[in-house]
Amino acid sequence: MRDKLQEIKATALDELSKAVNLDQLESLRIKYFGKKGELTQVLRGMGKLSPEERPLIGQLANQIRDQIEEQLQVKRQDLEKVVQTKRLEEERIDITLPGRDFNLGTRHPLYQILDEIIDIFRGLGFSVVEGPEIELDYYNFEALNLPKDHPARDMQDSFYITEEVLLRTHTSPVQIRTMERKNSQLPIRIIAPGKVYRRDDDATHSPMFHQVEGLLVDKHVTFGDLKGTLLTFARQIFGQDRKIRLRPSYFPFTEPSAEVDVSCINCGGSGCRVCSHTGWLEILGSGLVHPRVLEMAGYDPEEVSGFAFGMGVERITMLKYGIDDLRLLFDNDLRFLQQF
Amino acid sequence: MRVSYNWLKEYVELDISPQELAHKLTMAGIEVDSVEYLGEGIDNVVIGQIIDVVDHPNADKLVICKVDIGTDVLQIVTGAPNVVKDGKVAVAIIGCHLPNGVKIKKAKLRGEVSQGMMCSAQELGLDPKNFSEEQQTGIIIFQNDAAVVGDDVKKTLGLDNYVLELGLTPNRADCMSMVNVAKEIAALTGGEFRLPSMAIEETEGQSVSRLADVQIVEEDLCHRYVARVIRNISIGPSPLWMQQHLKASGVRPINNVVDVTNFIMMELGQPLHAFDYDKLADNRIVVRKSVQGEKITTIDEEERELDKDTLVIADAEKAVAIAGVMGGFDSEVTEETTNILLESAYFQGESIRRTAKKVGLRSESSARFEKGIDKAQSAAAADRAAQLIAELGGGQVAPGVIDVYPKPWEQPVITMRSERVNKLLGTSISCDDMKVLLRRLWMEVEEVETGVLKAKVPSYRNDLTSEIDLVEEIARLYGYGNIDTTMPKGEPSAEPITPEEILKTKVTKGLISCGLNEMISYSFISPKAMDKLLVTEGHPWRTYVEIQNPLTEEQGVMRTSLLPGLLETAAKNFKRRQLNLQFFEIGRVFLLSEDRLPDERVKIGAIVSGEQFNGWVQKSTPLDFFHLKGIVESLLQQLDVEDVEFKAAAVPEDYPSLHPGRAAEVILSGECIGYIGEVHPQALSNVGLQQRATVMELDGRLLLEHVNLVPSYVNLPKFPVVSRDLAIVVEDAVSADAIDELIREVGGELLKGITLFDVYKGTQISEGYRSLAYSMTYQALDRTLTDDEVSQLHDKIQDSLLEKFRAKVR
Ligand SMILES: [Zn+2]
Repeated sequence: MRDKLQEIKATALDELSKAVNLDQLESLRIKYFGKKGELTQVLRGMGKLSPEERPLIGQLANQIRDQIEEQLQVKRQDLEKVVQTKRLEEERIDITLPGRDFNLGTRHPLYQILDEIIDIFRGLGFSVVEGPEIELDYYNFEALNLPKDHPARDMQDSFYITEEVLLRTHTSPVQIRTMERKNSQLPIRIIAPGKVYRRDDDATHSPMFHQVEGLLVDKHVTFGDLKGTLLTFARQIFGQDRKIRLRPSYFPFTEPSAEVDVSCINCGGSGCRVCSHTGWLEILGSGLVHPRVLEMAGYDPEEVSGFAFGMGVERITMLKYGIDDLRLLFDNDLRFLQQF
Repeated sequence: MRVSYNWLKEYVELDISPQELAHKLTMAGIEVDSVEYLGEGIDNVVIGQIIDVVDHPNADKLVICKVDIGTDVLQIVTGAPNVVKDGKVAVAIIGCHLPNGVKIKKAKLRGEVSQGMMCSAQELGLDPKNFSEEQQTGIIIFQNDAAVVGDDVKKTLGLDNYVLELGLTPNRADCMSMVNVAKEIAALTGGEFRLPSMAIEETEGQSVSRLADVQIVEEDLCHRYVARVIRNISIGPSPLWMQQHLKASGVRPINNVVDVTNFIMMELGQPLHAFDYDKLADNRIVVRKSVQGEKITTIDEEERELDKDTLVIADAEKAVAIAGVMGGFDSEVTEETTNILLESAYFQGESIRRTAKKVGLRSESSARFEKGIDKAQSAAAADRAAQLIAELGGGQVAPGVIDVYPKPWEQPVITMRSERVNKLLGTSISCDDMKVLLRRLWMEVEEVETGVLKAKVPSYRNDLTSEIDLVEEIARLYGYGNIDTTMPKGEPSAEPITPEEILKTKVTKGLISCGLNEMISYSFISPKAMDKLLVTEGHPWRTYVEIQNPLTEEQGVMRTSLLPGLLETAAKNFKRRQLNLQFFEIGRVFLLSEDRLPDERVKIGAIVSGEQFNGWVQKSTPLDFFHLKGIVESLLQQLDVEDVEFKAAAVPEDYPSLHPGRAAEVILSGECIGYIGEVHPQALSNVGLQQRATVMELDGRLLLEHVNLVPSYVNLPKFPVVSRDLAIVVEDAVSADAIDELIREVGGELLKGITLFDVYKGTQISEGYRSLAYSMTYQALDRTLTDDEVSQLHDKIQDSLLEKFRAKVR
């Protein structure tokens, strides 16, 4: 019996070592461990042994079974590995073939910049408000300290619907509408993005364009606060090293008024073609809200003050993306849109 | 306003370069648009004198000149018709580059050596119209005493000078005057200011009050009228220095009288008009409104018919000038004129502005009146002009002046609190410093109580009327750059992001992720656009908000739908050979309304056309109705819209631009919020799009009522899903929607999902029928479904379909 077992072990280990695939391995498993397997048979024959021998042989049989099983396991792992390696080798693909096409759409570049502007001012505590694109003369001009026949009305040639109704020439009427709605509550911190219209159509003017208006009204608002807010904006949108400079200007609805220049984003201020060799780029108009405007909208200019600003989204978009032709922004050429 | 740097130096001490000056002015709010060097590109051009002229031996049209340029005598061959011996000319010597790009080289012309070129105005980059007629066709010949042989021509022509082009804001019209610009510069630099002499030398003789009579009928429109008479003058050219000043300012010299009026206008900002005194009937001046149909021939020799509201200057009989805008032809100063009546008036701005607009004339004078001139200065300006005319024309100023001044200027006195200035600016400027700043601006300032200043405003600063105006003046002179940069204090605004904004963001992101490209089209369209889209008369899309004064008819009305823009964009890109066309636009349309303002509605529009290329792995897919419908469905699903239905749309009644068999209304909980459909082939061909296109347009406001912008979380299912397929054959007339509805109805709560995964028509199906294959999923929230349960329900669904639609199982 002992010899028999030793012989099985020798043969089994030999056969196992010679197995070349999993099928052979499986047949060997059945050969030794199957219902009619050789080792199974031997173990079954244990009953015939004497009580003295039984535990000894039994122990040996178990030992041999474990050895064969272990070897079987090792061999299986080896063979599985071979199979897997082969499969992996067979499954090699040409990874240089292009991927499946994904058809992603695009956000219009102008609105990508608008999103950025809105995000920046939201971060500064401003909320977004909209107003009508077709406006009453009152909101577009009169309440902004631009009475009829005011020479400054010439600065903005308007499209009229009726004598009293026109396409808004700027987003500033939203200032007035907001102040009226707020009904002398404080603070007001809004920006108003939107389309505006002027009777101009040439290489650098489009009859429709986009502005973002800003308005902050509170107690103790100063010109210094306007500078700080705009500097923050300029740095966030154009980069940390940007400087701004404010130049006195004139808007009927702000005083003191200022044009705001940012140090050239192309040359950094040393002068180049983009900035007409001045080192500066004009990006927006601003100022302290004119006392008369506050008054007309129901606020006491002795008690509160505010600042307002307005910027052209097209201008900032063109500067940021280096677009040199305004018309591209409204031509909707796919080859253009898909660049952004 | 063109400001000559050299001329400016006559009024203010200037020790900074033109560029520095430009920067200073710009930073003080007088924006300098450009600094131009007048002699740009003119180098090595000197004055020469022609000492000999002989015919060219080999050419009829050429002559050979000997020209003395001081250091040398050059032989120059020329074809200029106006060469004359002893004439002084501008000689471009060898090596010189002219502004027009020509380089002067030693040359032989028909065998004769030429050592330079005698220049014409054009060749020097000058406006020929500033020269005599003869010189316009030939070379420049200088008056003998006006040029020195050997001098640089820039010196002779006054071109060694800079011109600052001011881009003035409407409030600073006072700077349309050299003197006022000089005052501003003095305030900024501290340089000494010099006022020109206003002294006048009157002669003996009849006083002006006996020579002429002035009457103002319209006192509201003419606040002041000053007249002087100058006699016995002779008309001729004005002196070179004056011509050079005028040319630098962009004004063409004409004759000594007209030039003086223009000179004074540029110098003092007071427009003047010179009448031929002898042509004024009855020697009278009446400032009145025109009568309807009254005619006047203006100096441009055009006869104009006036309405009843134009302010005119008339003599005893007729209108002789359109006040402030243009003089009359009949009373114009001519070569024969000997006596002048000089007008220096103040006309009210709005009236001049309206007139100038009406007659379509904008002149240097009307521009000044429109914005308001210095009313206190009219008499002084008249004095200085009269004196100059008399001097230059060899005449005499008649004694006395007529000064009708019904609305005298009242000097504004503004009270300014220094504390208020600092509070608004965020500065701490002392009251004394403020006083200094205001005084530099030529104000008389007095501290009436501690910290409170009273400032008397000079007559030319019409823009300063209230305290805030002085706040700006202080800030301007103090320097915006010197004000500390701070951040606003106080509470942030607490308004939440509006549902409209959230929806817009979600829709935009959704459509972009579906492959659509965002476009922006103009809000105005051509009324003809709707013809192309087959939109019938009476359709709501035809009730436009019309623009009274459009730039072109193409942009004549406000859009009532996004469709014209979408189609135009697709067609334009198609013409550029783009075939995968997928666009969307979110923008407003404008509908007439009972209210004062039109109804502005945000629309979400999209167009798809052509096919989507999927690369080598998979065939291209058509960008058709179902593509766009899929996008709409995904979008609505993302927005958590529950009850969505697509219902065949009425074409052409409601949607005339769409294909009658391929158009649907999008219905949410029974409410139509928009449409989707293939574009009618005729409409496609009308817009030039030669492939099918599908469009959709949803109303933002209506959509908002049906969406759920803040989804609430539902527990994830704990029990498994069982899935079963079902294929049936039904008549074509049975809509997928009806089948879907029945399946859901019978399936009840346990039916979790239906996917239609195949639609088949073909050989194995009888004609008029189609096969639809569905995959259904079943799931219970509280238990694992048994096979039996699922089979029962699935069979029940199948039976109902067979019964209701006479379907067959496939
Ligand atoms: Zn630059």
